Amino acid sequence: MCVGVPSKVIRLEENRALVDVMGSKIYVGILFVPEVKINDYVLLHAGQAMTIINEEYARESIEEWRNIIDGQHGTLF
Amino acid sequence: MDSMAPFSDPVLSQRSAEAVIQLAKQYIQLNGRKPVFMEVCGSHTMALAKTGVKTRLNEYVQLIAGPGCPVCVTDQRTIDSMISLSKERGSILCTFGDMMRVPGSKHSLLEAKTEGKDIRVVYSPLDSLRIAEKNPDKEIIFLGIGFETTIPLLAAAIKEAEQRGLTNFSIWMTTKLVEPVLRALLDAGEIQLDGFLLPGHVSVVLGKESYSFLTEEYKMPGVISGFEPVQLLSSIYKLLQLCLENTAEIINDYPYAVSSSGNAAAKSLMKKYLQPGDEDWRGIGTIPNSGLVLKEKYQNFDAKRKFKITIDSPRKTKCRCGEVIRGLTAPEECPLFSKACTPANPIGPCMVSAEGTCAAHYHYMKEE
Ligand code: SF4
Repeated sequence: MCVGVPSKVIRLEENRALVDVMGSKIYVGILFVPEVKINDYVLLHAGQAMTIINEEYARESIEEWRNIIDGQHGTLF
Repeated sequence: MDSMAPFSDPVLSQRSAEAVIQLAKQYIQLNGRKPVFMEVCGSHTMALAKTGVKTRLNEYVQLIAGPGCPVCVTDQRTIDSMISLSKERGSILCTFGDMMRVPGSKHSLLEAKTEGKDIRVVYSPLDSLRIAEKNPDKEIIFLGIGFETTIPLLAAAIKEAEQRGLTNFSIWMTTKLVEPVLRALLDAGEIQLDGFLLPGHVSVVLGKESYSFLTEEYKMPGVISGFEPVQLLSSIYKLLQLCLENTAEIINDYPYAVSSSGNAAAKSLMKKYLQPGDEDWRGIGTIPNSGLVLKEKYQNFDAKRKFKITIDSPRKTKCRCGEVIRGLTAPEECPLFSKACTPANPIGPCMVSAEGTCAAHYHYMKEE
C-alpha cells in the first residue's frame, strides 16, 4: 500500500498534475504538495503526490555514502 | 531519474553490503552477539527480502519485521466486521486491493464478491467518491485502513465528500499510528532491540522530529530509510554506527523525501477531521489512542455509526501472525508456513498482504 516510485511532473493543473510513472502517464492529486513545479519528481501514494524529491539532497546523500565506504575500503571508483 | 539511480546500483549495493558487514563484525566482537534491529514498515520488510539485503546480512545483523503492515496488524474482529459490512443491503463496499483476500473467520471479501456482493477495489479513497456520485441510491462504504501515510488521504476524502455534499458516503475507520505501537512494543519489553529502521513513507507525513520520544524516553536510536538496496544498507550502517558509539540519536537518511517537521498540509487535514481513538491490534490488544477516528462533527461520514455490525467470536486458527508482528516469531517458526498457509491459500493476513512478513519470507527467502 505504501509503494512509491519517483514520478516526473509533466503538466500542472489547478488541483492535479500529470505525472510520468515509469513511462505511464497518470493524473495525481497535489493536495499535499501545493508548491510542486513542472519537472519536479514526486513520490506517490494512492493517487496523491506525497512529497517532492529534493534531487540536490539525493546527490549529496549518495556522495556522502560513497565517501563513507571509500574511507572504509579505499577507493574503487 | 538520474539522482536516484545510484541507490539501486548493483556494484554500489555490493560494496555497501560489505561495509555493513565489516561494521557488524566489530559490533559482534564487542558485544558477543549480533545487533538486533526492527524495521517498522511493511514496505521495508518486503524491500529487505526482495533485494536480498536481509539474506546477505543474515549472519551479521538480525533484522526483525515490526508492526508496520496495516492489514496484518488489524485485529480479527475488525476484519470480520469489515467483511460483514458487505452484507448490508444496498451498499457498495470500496477497499484497497490488499484487503480482498484477507481471511475472515467465515469468508473473505473476495468470496463475498464471488457470491454477488458489490465490492470494488479502488486505487484511492477519492475514487470511491465518484462511485458515490454515480450511485445516489446506494450507500458507499470505504474501508479506511492504514498508517499515517494513508490517513491524510482518508481525511482528504472526507473533505471532498463534505464539499460535494455527499450523504451516501462513509468510511469505516481502522487507522493505526506508529508512535503508540512502538511505545507498546518497547514497554512490553518482550524483545531485545538495539535500534529501529524507521519507515520512509510514514516519515514523509510525520517528519523526523516525531521520533524524538525514542531517544528521549527510551534511549533508542533510529534511522529513517528509503527502500532501494543502497538506501537500506546505508541506513543499517548508520544505525550500527550509532550503536557502536552508544548514541541514541535519530538520523534522517532519506532527507531528499523526508523533512524535519513532515508534511504540513497532510498534518493539518488530519487535525481538522480526526482525533485520537483506541484501536485493537492483532496479537497486542487495545492500545489507547493508537488510531485516528472521525471527530463528532463529521460523524455522518462515520460508517461505524451508520451501520451497526454484530459479529460472532473470531474463529481460532493456529496462525501466529500476532507473534510475527510483535517480532517474537519468524514466519518459518509457524507450523503452517508454506504448508497449509501459502500466498495462494493464506491462513493469516501476514501471508496475504503485499507487505506481510510471511509473504515476504515465502516469496523471497524460502529455502527450497
Ligand atoms: S505462515 Fe500463515 S498461518 Fe503462519 S503466521 Fe504467517 S500468515 Fe499466519
